Amino acid sequence: MPEATRERELKRAWTASEPLLSVRSLVKYFPVSSGVTQRTIAHVHAVDGVDLDIKAGETLGLVGESGCGKSTLGRTVIRLLDPTEGTITFKGEDITRIRGESLRRLRREMTIIFQDPYASLDPRQTVGDIVGEPLDIHHLARGRARAERIAELLRIVGLNPRYADRYPHEFSGGQRQRIGIARALAVEPTFIVCDEPISALDVSIQAQIINLLEKLQAQFNLTYLFIAHDLSVVKHISNRIAVMYLGKVMETAPGSVLYRRPRHPYTGSLVSAIPIPDPRIEARRERVILQGDVASPVYPPSGCRFRTRCPRAREHCAEEVPPLESFGPDHRAACFYPLD
Amino acid sequence: MAKTVLAVHDLKTQFFTREGVVKAVDGVSFELDAGETLGIVGESGSGKSVTALSIMRLVPRPGRIVNGYVKLKDQDLTKLTEAEMQEVRGESIAMIFQDPMTSLNPVFRVGWQVAEPLVVHAEKKRPSALRDGVAMLKKVGIPNPDQRAKDFPHQFSGGMRQRAMIAMGLTTMPSVLIADEPTTALDVTIQAQILELLRDVNREFGTATILITHNLGVVAGMCQRVLVMYAGRIVESGPTEDVFAHPQHPYTWSLLKSIPRLDADRHEPLRPISGIPPDLLDVPPGCAFHPRCTFRVDRCSRDVPQLQRVGETQLAACWVTQAGTNLNA
Repeated sequence: MPEATRERELKRAWTASEPLLSVRSLVKYFPVSSGVTQRTIAHVHAVDGVDLDIKAGETLGLVGESGCGKSTLGRTVIRLLDPTEGTITFKGEDITRIRGESLRRLRREMTIIFQDPYASLDPRQTVGDIVGEPLDIHHLARGRARAERIAELLRIVGLNPRYADRYPHEFSGGQRQRIGIARALAVEPTFIVCDEPISALDVSIQAQIINLLEKLQAQFNLTYLFIAHDLSVVKHISNRIAVMYLGKVMETAPGSVLYRRPRHPYTGSLVSAIPIPDPRIEARRERVILQGDVASPVYPPSGCRFRTRCPRAREHCAEEVPPLESFGPDHRAACFYPLD
Repeated sequence: MAKTVLAVHDLKTQFFTREGVVKAVDGVSFELDAGETLGIVGESGSGKSVTALSIMRLVPRPGRIVNGYVKLKDQDLTKLTEAEMQEVRGESIAMIFQDPMTSLNPVFRVGWQVAEPLVVHAEKKRPSALRDGVAMLKKVGIPNPDQRAKDFPHQFSGGMRQRAMIAMGLTTMPSVLIADEPTTALDVTIQAQILELLRDVNREFGTATILITHNLGVVAGMCQRVLVMYAGRIVESGPTEDVFAHPQHPYTWSLLKSIPRLDADRHEPLRPISGIPPDLLDVPPGCAFHPRCTFRVDRCSRDVPQLQRVGETQLAACWVTQAGTNLNA
């Protein structure tokens, strides 16, 4: 297939020093409607002005608590959701508003792995059809070639190719997640959003999937946006981490820097809240216990969004939104009164 | 020696399903001392929650306790009538669950739900019970407790509901509190708040606590002793510090090696446990962990190992470590 070859050539040619994916001032609002006429009365500020760069071949971790907008951000950057404002640039091309054939082509470059392997696989499709569907949609393989490709994909993710005739209910959570990964790989993507891919799995299974994702990244030169609420997992798999709170990025840094020297008070409290499986370390850890709950994303606080729970907040924090400022190589934080 | 408040002996709870008998809890014995926090860790299907439900006599059908006893002070709970058991629940033992929304009644005000045990068990008058309920809401850190007591559960956030549940359990000052995955549904910063509250409760009231969780980090920070469960049995137990420093069962050993740690310096590949947790309708013969175990010997697939002392302070149900092999060498 000459077209496929050309595409592959293009993928291989991508070695530019600029970011693979670039996001500027990205905003995604969801309308809140009410009453008989379902009039829009307000908006959920799910993603509210996010700047991010992801380099080719790296894993950017995205952490934050439920409702912080991390999943919405992940879905918006690959255009599963339409952005309200801002720009998304992928391989130098503005993809913010593309549609039709251009968008279809984009779907072969960017895919997603979902959290819940029970909900994201159609129970009436065989494993072969689940993995083969992207091949059909993008006309990548037919007949014997299709069957061979499906078998190859199943082998790549560590499943027996004979499983192609079986149905999802016959598999455990970990195996289902492998099926989801095989489907994501079918189009030979360059960029994959991993949206909480291990959160629904048993502890003893999680490491299998983490190791598989790392192996595949090296094998196919993949770039990941790895979304999770568990900072330990994110730190393990990521080169850099972005911490989100109420629709905004509070801090970005390499994982070890984030752990040893967080500058944003929210990151500091997040780090101190993660239990470490070592009783001797736990016994002498200093705990920063945050007061209260996350504010509403419909009516986010003025200025810094974290100020309502921040132990260091002062008047100024309510008046102005702190910009992301540099605190060293690859380290940025948005705080007027950062930690030492 | 600390006083034992709760003793569980050779407890077996089975579910009689159409596909066969599920041995959810298969011969579990342990003691809970006054004032201590005991952790029970395990994955889904390990039997940790059914153990708790058995103690509370809340095992749903088609499940039944088929063997063993649960002694609270000198009373065998498995022998009580349902009416007598209702006295015990809420008065001597309280249990809090993972999802507070399903445990709070949506049509009653939170203040009343917290006060109700006092009316039922302590025979207090309604107004004075409500006053105590509000005081308890304040103790568990609910702001404006006078106002919030008049709210319904849906007006509370997840963390607030879990606080209300804890308040509800504590009003009658039970001697034992069982917390089944109390923070699993919560965000980490809220989890930290609830764990801190449980520490305070333990310090202030001396309530002996059983903390059931799949999170080894939570156990490390909260519990003096820990039981590790696999396929309905305790495979290892001991002081938390010793079990984490030198685990004596290969399951504990591999679990600790398979989880990423926030304080890890270098990027070391994780060492996953191969295979999947067993199907309780078809548990492997011998040691249930043997198909996934990297230390197994012939005997492991034939004979079921019993919990025995291995090392100074730990018990492990493993032929390999009982024979003197050091997993941590």
